[in-house]
Amino acid sequence: MSILVDQSTRVICQGFTGKQGTFHSEQALAYGTRLVGGVTPGKGGQTHLGLPVFDTVADAVRETGATASMIYVPAPFAADSILEAAAAGIEVIACITEGIPVIDMLKVKAVLAQDYPDACLIGPNCPGLITPDACKIGIMPGAIHQKGRVGIVSRSGTLTYEAVAQTTAAGLGQSTCVGIGGDPIGGLDFIDCLSRFADDPQTELVLMVGEIGGGAEEAAAEFIRQGYPKPVVAYIAGATAPAGKRMGHAGAVIAGGKGTAAAKCEALRAAGVHVVGSPAELGVTAARVLENRSEGMSAS
Amino acid sequence: MNLHEYQAKALLSGFGLRFPPSLLLKESEGSLRVADLPPSDTGQWVVKAQVHSGARGKAGGVSVVDSPDAALTAANALIGTRLVTGQTGPAGLPVDVVLVEPALPIAREYYLAMTVDRARQRVVVIASSHGGMDIETIASAHPEAIFRTEVNPTVGLAAYQARELAFALGFDDVQVKSFVSMALKVYQAFIERDAALIEINPLAALDGGELAIVDAKVSLDDNAEYRQDEWWRQRDVAQEDPAERKAIDHGLNYVALDGNIACMVNGAGLAMATMDLIQYAGGTPANFLDVGGGTSAAKVTEAFKLILENPRVEAILVNIFGGIVRCDLIAEGIIEAAREVALDVPTVVRLAGTNAEQGRRMLADSGLALIAEDDLAAAAGRAVELANKSREAAR
Repeated sequence: MSILVDQSTRVICQGFTGKQGTFHSEQALAYGTRLVGGVTPGKGGQTHLGLPVFDTVADAVRETGATASMIYVPAPFAADSILEAAAAGIEVIACITEGIPVIDMLKVKAVLAQDYPDACLIGPNCPGLITPDACKIGIMPGAIHQKGRVGIVSRSGTLTYEAVAQTTAAGLGQSTCVGIGGDPIGGLDFIDCLSRFADDPQTELVLMVGEIGGGAEEAAAEFIRQGYPKPVVAYIAGATAPAGKRMGHAGAVIAGGKGTAAAKCEALRAAGVHVVGSPAELGVTAARVLENRSEGMSAS
Repeated sequence: MNLHEYQAKALLSGFGLRFPPSLLLKESEGSLRVADLPPSDTGQWVVKAQVHSGARGKAGGVSVVDSPDAALTAANALIGTRLVTGQTGPAGLPVDVVLVEPALPIAREYYLAMTVDRARQRVVVIASSHGGMDIETIASAHPEAIFRTEVNPTVGLAAYQARELAFALGFDDVQVKSFVSMALKVYQAFIERDAALIEINPLAALDGGELAIVDAKVSLDDNAEYRQDEWWRQRDVAQEDPAERKAIDHGLNYVALDGNIACMVNGAGLAMATMDLIQYAGGTPANFLDVGGGTSAAKVTEAFKLILENPRVEAILVNIFGGIVRCDLIAEGIIEAAREVALDVPTVVRLAGTNAEQGRRMLADSGLALIAEDDLAAAAGRAVELANKSREAAR
């Protein structure tokens, strides 16, 4: 088991024939993702990477039965691509594109909530999601992953890879890794992913990687505090970041004294989360928590 | 991107919001004449330094004067200076433009702002019957006097929402109509100009009851630069940190900090994590620097140059997690850069992920004094140790 995607998930790529779309579709295919085609308006009927190209997502869904899409469309057109995917009935929409105007995302979010409540948007400005040995939808390096026990949810890209590599090195592996993105307005949040991981039998522990800015980590802490069935290990990046300075991600800024790493860590600790101070300790902490847990279980 | 007050007012006037005639003195354009001054019913003028900072008044950047001559004197005294406010740091910001406006007969100050509420994923309108101070101060001094409403983007700000705010602020019937009209126009500006923040503070009720926008602050969404050309062309780069500006020109994301250990990282989250690790190991980071996902040898060279311009840097930590970016290419960039910039600061390089092994071998074979570490924590520890050593050596 896993969350959101598995080996049977049929995936299409929007922005298929572009440079990014082509490169990452090749990588996805090499990883074993069941990529069944792609969409580039005006190139319908052509073949690309040995797969059919469609003019519209609706055509692609009708012809291939795809339920997931990865979007590599440039920022000015990406919001439209998300809406097109949702309207065509795509369930998992991973928007990798960075730099989508916030106003566009506000509108997209409102339309999704009103008209397509079942569509799961991941991102934008995110590495995507991967279920190891089954389905890779995004720009993460497949080779560092290993099928296993830890569910990972993160606002970051390369920092997620760090968490992945550490859990792989610790022999734990991952059930599914979801990069939810670094923008202020995005799709799935920590709570959505935590809920899904709670119901996934393969996931034994959740590793949460947050960063400064916003209140998503605090909201997740409150969600966990109300009773979460699995151990959670968390790291919040940006303890050393100064207030008022945007740290790369549009969403990573301490504004009006809110969104500091200290406040987030405190909220998570109070909810019983194992908060690590050093990002180098994610893997070992997850391993220790799982080990203590199984010892506790066998003792009882 | 932040706009100056005079630019913010110009942007808002494009949506039918009205402002009294004003006058701009620009550094490049020479002196003002009394004849150019706008008339003032109160016989007073306000002279305001145009800098990207709040708290201008306290810092001497805003003055109210009683005569046209005094207005000119005040404007000429401000222009070409640097204004140091509580928000700018000791170097302050250059005053290249001064705005002179007639002083208005203000009876009471209010507050109106629009921004994006991340938690609610909506534009939120915030209004208060107390204005003229920053919103944090209003929130702590008069929490009961702050009113807010969220906007559904598919219909936009509804008139009833603006009316509810207006009644809550205690306006009379005429003012309610005026406020509703103003709020709807500000919302339209927010959406059509891709604003991240519009703050009208103070929004004033004048002696006659009429509402007026006294000061306005507008920030635009950086992601929407491509469709807000007119305003991005007016970006005042002199108000921005020169190192950060240079970084942007090279596709790098750089924020100067006050420590002595520089870092160069791919990815914003990992860059923050690397800064944290430096502190965890007992050091202090000199900067945040994200070279981006699709980085190249040329970018790495520029990043080294940028880092080395900071005289406080005593060690460098390079932390690259190769995903799509191959570590052997990064290693090539580091070697090229080290030769080109004559790298004389101890540099620890940690490569992980795609082709990391190959990259490490290239660094080892380069003959350069680069210290390779595989482990993240060990790399940070080593950088801190080397920074301490170079500090001792300097003594």
